[in-house]
Amino acid sequence: MRKGREKKMSNTASKKISTSNRKGQMKQVWFRFRKNKLAMIGLVVITILILACLSASLYIPYEKVYTQSIRDAFIPPFSEGHIFGTDQFGRDLFARIMYGGRISLFAGLVTIGIAFVMGIILGGSAGFFGGKTDTIIMRFCDILMSVPGILLSMTIVAALGQGLGKMLIAMSVSLIPRQARTVRAAVLTLRGQEFVEAARCYGTRNSTIIFRHIIPNVMGPLIIGVMSGIGGQILQIASLGFLGIGIAPPTPEWGTIISENQSNILFYPYLGLVPGLFIMVAVLSLNFIGDGLRDALDPKQKN
Amino acid sequence: MIKYTLRRILLMIPVIIGITFLVHFILMISPGDPAQMIVGPEATLEDIEMKRHELGLDQPQVVQYLKYMWNALHGDFGTSWFQSFNVMTEFSHRLPYTLRLGFLAIIWAVALGIPLGVISAVRHNTIVDYALTVLSLILVSAPAFWIGMMYQVFFSLNLRWLPASGASTWRHYILPALSLGGGVFATNCRTTRTWLLDTLRSDFVRTARAKGNKEVTVVFKHALRNSLLPIITQIGVNFSIIMGGSVITETVYAFPGIGSYLINAVKAKDVPIVMASILVVAVIVGITNLVVDLMYAVVDPRVQLGGK
Amino acid sequence: MENLLEIKDLNVIYKTDEAIVHALNGFTLSVKKGETLGLVGETGAGKTTMCLSTLRLLPDQVGEVVSGSIKYRNIDILKASKKEMLKLRGAEISMIFQDPMSGLNPVMRVGDQIKEVLNLHFPDMSPKDKDARVDEVLTLVGITPERKDQFPHQFSGGMKQRVVIAMALVAEPKLLLADEPTTALDVTIQAQILALMRELKEKFDSAMVLVTHDLGIVAEFCESVAVAYAGEIVESGTIEQVFARDKNHPYTKGLFNCIPDLTSTAPRLTPIPGYMANPRDLPKGCKFANRCAHCTEKCMAAVPEMQEVAPGHFIKCNLFEKGASGQ
Repeated sequence: MRKGREKKMSNTASKKISTSNRKGQMKQVWFRFRKNKLAMIGLVVITILILACLSASLYIPYEKVYTQSIRDAFIPPFSEGHIFGTDQFGRDLFARIMYGGRISLFAGLVTIGIAFVMGIILGGSAGFFGGKTDTIIMRFCDILMSVPGILLSMTIVAALGQGLGKMLIAMSVSLIPRQARTVRAAVLTLRGQEFVEAARCYGTRNSTIIFRHIIPNVMGPLIIGVMSGIGGQILQIASLGFLGIGIAPPTPEWGTIISENQSNILFYPYLGLVPGLFIMVAVLSLNFIGDGLRDALDPKQKN
Repeated sequence: MIKYTLRRILLMIPVIIGITFLVHFILMISPGDPAQMIVGPEATLEDIEMKRHELGLDQPQVVQYLKYMWNALHGDFGTSWFQSFNVMTEFSHRLPYTLRLGFLAIIWAVALGIPLGVISAVRHNTIVDYALTVLSLILVSAPAFWIGMMYQVFFSLNLRWLPASGASTWRHYILPALSLGGGVFATNCRTTRTWLLDTLRSDFVRTARAKGNKEVTVVFKHALRNSLLPIITQIGVNFSIIMGGSVITETVYAFPGIGSYLINAVKAKDVPIVMASILVVAVIVGITNLVVDLMYAVVDPRVQLGGK
Repeated sequence: MENLLEIKDLNVIYKTDEAIVHALNGFTLSVKKGETLGLVGETGAGKTTMCLSTLRLLPDQVGEVVSGSIKYRNIDILKASKKEMLKLRGAEISMIFQDPMSGLNPVMRVGDQIKEVLNLHFPDMSPKDKDARVDEVLTLVGITPERKDQFPHQFSGGMKQRVVIAMALVAEPKLLLADEPTTALDVTIQAQILALMRELKEKFDSAMVLVTHDLGIVAEFCESVAVAYAGEIVESGTIEQVFARDKNHPYTKGLFNCIPDLTSTAPRLTPIPGYMANPRDLPKGCKFANRCAHCTEKCMAAVPEMQEVAPGHFIKCNLFEKGASGQ
């Protein structure tokens, strides 16, 4: 009985401490993040970009994305009705970019999301349970990581065929092993630390240790990894689009837009310049946010 | 050291078997009958059946895989399904191009990235540092193929300095190597800066300063050697990135290497070519990682090979 | 006896993202030739900052000397050229850092790390003599010279600290700044290392500033003592004067009350109430005022003057003001 009471006490005490700490910590992280000018600019820019893409149907009629008219081909930027000009089929570049952004940004978020969750599950169990589980999961990750991610994604897309869903799967597959490794390494470091041992000594259940003590503590490196990963994913999606195995044209996607204009870029550079700048600005903003978060979460590393 | 190297090479084998099997499996179970695609839409059922038998497609996937690997072990990578040439011969023509380009890219990315990272760290929070940071941020944030195209527009079309595609002279290598190495250069610069700054704040560097060492000695003799370890790891990762990136760069510049070859094979599901590429790339990446780990032991006396 | 090191009214700040930290506030201290001075104070009192300022090794772009002066012999440290500083560091003034675990370069053989000091400051010495000297100094600190080709990770903590000491002493410096040299070590090894340092210091006739928070160590190894609190010296004098315990700064008194006294019958130790003043937001007056039992309005209004209560015994407290009754 005594034992039970002690356990309860220690649990409530630790809960109190950890929740209040976490609140304070989040506040501090936000405080430090807000002081980082580049990160705040990144946050503002990416928010505007996402909102602009999401609400594209409010200010650009959907037909404009696909309407072809040879008469209107290669209208230069800043012309009336076509702020970014038109492509070889006379399609409005602005409309295609804004609608294309939906896919590029959305796909980047989704693949990272999948990899994030799968990474926690796989890397977490590998690190926490060790032994055979660890060996099997990590050997599988080794196999997936033995060729560059883009080659693996390419092969999978080619085998499965084009399409948004299939592309998302292919991209996640090449991302999960990296994520799982990060989680595993973090969990392994934590597992040996005193506060986890202490929790174990109180007789805390495995699930409680994982969810209350380990996961909150691996979140830092994970979030940093994810934030710097989204930009990379957007670049990967664009690359697949450029190679002609991503989103099938005429559906707009930033990489595909550049790819379909490739033969005309030498003579009409704006066709490549503008969508490329959109990719760059989006990825740059995400990288700024990632850097800002890293500094805010781990101020020791800051320079 | 030799024992460790041998063990590592042995450990590479299951990984390579794993990745090739996985890729083979994915390619074979995916929808679409390759035999039909090869013989064309007008072929009779009999023709398709014959083709299928000829390519061994009527056998279970595992049997096909084993056969392929057995032949590959004997240096026979098969014949392309769609263009009837020997994969091995084609590879021996194309691989040197890819390797040359890859080495050029990695050499400039390392030879410039690390020293500039050092400058960035030593002069941190100055204009030089900010300029390098902005440059590397742009290079990692813009898509490689787009940068490649912009180089073409700028250096080939506007300035007419360098050829925009092909690989016939050394001048053809400059733009592809420049765009292929860009991302790696940027990451090298950034990580060198971060790690060196970190080391420069450590206790033993303070000790080195307290001894009366000049700042140059402190940076190069004491700090840099200790930061080399993560930088070397980075170079291993670089290699993998360059191998993947060559597919894109070679496509942009119509460069006759493995990458541009592979992308067409992947689109056509030309299994022998895809398999051979994956095999070659996995071996190259595996060997690079081994070399990187061996370099660890040279740089850091604390690393004991085979200890783990 | 003449002063070897004279620090006068030194103010040092650390600029961080969040705030400006006032690490030293009118820090004044002098060290005589050949003397061992114990510098006592709790964490954050500015002991390490003082050592780093003396070598001009405050962290770049963060730490900054605002005002005051540091004089070593006849050299003005704060105005000395970079070149002059390089000649002083390691040769005239050397420092032993707090944590031996991270103080040695992990990828350099320990012998080479010691020899580096000789290479820097005795360029005319022949390589053979240098090797002999390294062997000699290693033997002095109790390490067999055969181990000089090993790397730091092959040494235990106590052995590493011996290497650090060997490195600090190899050039026979006139002034040794020992920043808590034994805090990271086991108690048994502590005594050994300190005894060794005293022996070597006497052999080389160096002066030493022994930074510690352990009054016992001070009583045992030092000739004089200075007590630091929130970036200033609140009391200084000879060991006899301070440890006589008749005239002390209230803070020093508090420190003494934290040591268990076997002859006393008091049931528990009396800790000093409260926390040290926040170095980001210092009070206008005496920094100890909020924890002091004798605090008056005057203490809150202005920083007290340094009072000489006996020849060479200084206390920075209004209780000892000339003409005041004392306590």
